[in-house]
Amino acid sequence: MSLIRLEKRPAPSALLSAATPVLAVIATMIAGGVMFWALGANPFEAIRTIFWDPLFDPTFGAYSRPQLLVKAGPLILIATGLALGFRAGIWNIGAEGQYIMGAIVGAGVGLALYPTETRWLFPLMVAAGAIGGWAWAMIPAFLKTRFGTNEILVSLMLVYVAENILASVSSGLLRNPEGHGFPGSRNLARDFPAASNPELIAGTGMHWGVVAAFAAVIFAYVLMTRHRMGFAIRLAGEAPRAARFAGVNPARLVLFSLGTAGAFAGAAGFFEVSGPAGQISIDFNSGYGFTAIIVAFLGRLHPVGILLAGLLMALTYIGGELAQLMLTMPAAAIQLFQGMLLFFLLAMDVFANYRLRFGTPEVA
Amino acid sequence: MNITRSLLAGAALALGLAGTAAAESHGGPVKAGFIYVGPVGDGGWTYEHDQARLKLEEHFGDAVETIYQESVPEGADAERAITQMALSGADIIFTTSFGFMDATVAVAEKFPDIKFEHATGYKMADNLAVYSARFYEGRAVQGLIAGHMTESNIVGYIASFPVPEVIRGINSAYLHAKEVNPDVQFKIIWAYTWFDPAKEADAAKALIEQGADVILQHTDSTAPQAAAQAAGNVITFGQASDMYEYAPTPRVSSIIDNWAPYYIERVQAVMDGTWESSNTWDGIGPGMVGIGEITDAVPADVKAEAEALRDAIAAGDYHPFTGPINKQDGSAWLAEGEIADDATLAAMDFFVEGITAEIPN
Repeated sequence: MSLIRLEKRPAPSALLSAATPVLAVIATMIAGGVMFWALGANPFEAIRTIFWDPLFDPTFGAYSRPQLLVKAGPLILIATGLALGFRAGIWNIGAEGQYIMGAIVGAGVGLALYPTETRWLFPLMVAAGAIGGWAWAMIPAFLKTRFGTNEILVSLMLVYVAENILASVSSGLLRNPEGHGFPGSRNLARDFPAASNPELIAGTGMHWGVVAAFAAVIFAYVLMTRHRMGFAIRLAGEAPRAARFAGVNPARLVLFSLGTAGAFAGAAGFFEVSGPAGQISIDFNSGYGFTAIIVAFLGRLHPVGILLAGLLMALTYIGGELAQLMLTMPAAAIQLFQGMLLFFLLAMDVFANYRLRFGTPEVA
Repeated sequence: MNITRSLLAGAALALGLAGTAAAESHGGPVKAGFIYVGPVGDGGWTYEHDQARLKLEEHFGDAVETIYQESVPEGADAERAITQMALSGADIIFTTSFGFMDATVAVAEKFPDIKFEHATGYKMADNLAVYSARFYEGRAVQGLIAGHMTESNIVGYIASFPVPEVIRGINSAYLHAKEVNPDVQFKIIWAYTWFDPAKEADAAKALIEQGADVILQHTDSTAPQAAAQAAGNVITFGQASDMYEYAPTPRVSSIIDNWAPYYIERVQAVMDGTWESSNTWDGIGPGMVGIGEITDAVPADVKAEAEALRDAIAAGDYHPFTGPINKQDGSAWLAEGEIADDATLAAMDFFVEGITAEIPN
């Protein structure tokens, strides 16, 4: 008989569920501070550099504030789509692959029409990007609904397939013919105005991808609160048996949530390749698809929560870069710091679902 | 940090204008920044750039201040990392990987008064110079040793990305291995990474299983050395860094990148106000490419031959790409005695005759 044990709560504590992200951030700051101290840095300075300087430092603030949106945009867009499936118990782990395929298809359509100047090219590329991501997500969706395969494995494995396709088109199909033999496509952002996704208002970081991310948050919010599909998603996640009695079609749910997540991730990939990244290159993908999973959970799978979580995650990235630069912190320490955030979030979640009990249980 | 200058930088950016105060005006130490693609402890490419940074500090003492950021991804994040470094008051910034090219160009446009130096790229501007090393000269020496040493006649090659630099290296190594051993065969694995110890180890093991008893690598970790050591009877060459901890065998020699003289020269030019954009491509002669000690695992006559080749290249008496050389498809490339021009070498996207592998796509 142990003296401390966990007892399942009849229903998750509402207060703790809402408070866990905040508690996780605080715990990360403390544990991270200890780690920075062990690395020989001043922990308070390190935490300030990560959480405060990107916003308010006189040297960097003016530049890094808008960068928060640039970094958060794709995370929010992808995480919003993922959360729809996660709420229904459908686990799309392959957003990174869908992000890559969206970028390839979107950029590919544009590059095929280079150097056109028509105005409808950009919307066409956005649609192509979304379709690319959607189609890539349809593979695990189809295999799951048709053959009952596990979507976690299939979607994850397809990330590696997508990475190889990316390497292949970077050095082959989409390679810049004026690139001196080096891999990488033409730079959409610099050399192809009709296909570029520039800052909409100078100095704000706002580009079409950020606009799309905000639109996706609103879409998801309305869907989850006002639409039958949102009801079906919540019901399937919370009470799968009841959902079946209520006539929810599981196959439709899988196709819808994987498809939407894929389309969002694909669009995010396209906005990134035509804007901040500029070109298809072998190292184009930088892990947004995986980080978005953390963002989705940090945001409690709720659209507004995801919006805030995406901004927070972007802050730790940009602040982490500043800590590397100004305090010569190793890159691995920053990654560890971000990893702690997810760890503490999951750990805190335990307390929302379980109650800590002391002493031996009463005999029934 | 000079506060006036920082404020100026912030204000200029906020207004969408470009630039900071002139580098020479602030009188303090020259601040040199380095953007690295890998961790400083990679034992290879980034390690050597960082060693050169330390030598720069040693050389100039208090007259120079250095900063660096490691493991910067070669995608959308690079531009922000370089911009933040520029904002932090750097006078000269070295971006040390090919994938930083467009990001460096973009930041250089925004900060006309800061000097930028991009390694291994080809895009230049008034405040953006490019520099690289003629690693293929070192590959020729490696190829000669590999050709002599292999008993299975299979040389394994861990390639990173199908870029001209890597293709040049493979061609140069192959030509010089073939010259001393007509039966030699190259097996090539594309790792699609510059630094990933796990992938590199897998590639080395796969090549060894296919019969390779010499492993050449164009990736930066020591994992292939460790894999060769574990397998036994396989020799390797240090890449980018000497990797002497694996000598005398498996590591029998190495190509060492020596960036320190160049960095010292360029920072000196910033101090003197004589910095100009330039395109530098140096080899064994000027010391940018070093050949690590050839160990006693190599027979004395082979060692002497390799050193003679090294010295001939250094003196400019011999060019590793001297005709007759045909392309892989059998078409003529260089006629008897003809020497490859730099433009063709810089954009090399074909294998030479005799290599059976194909360049991806």
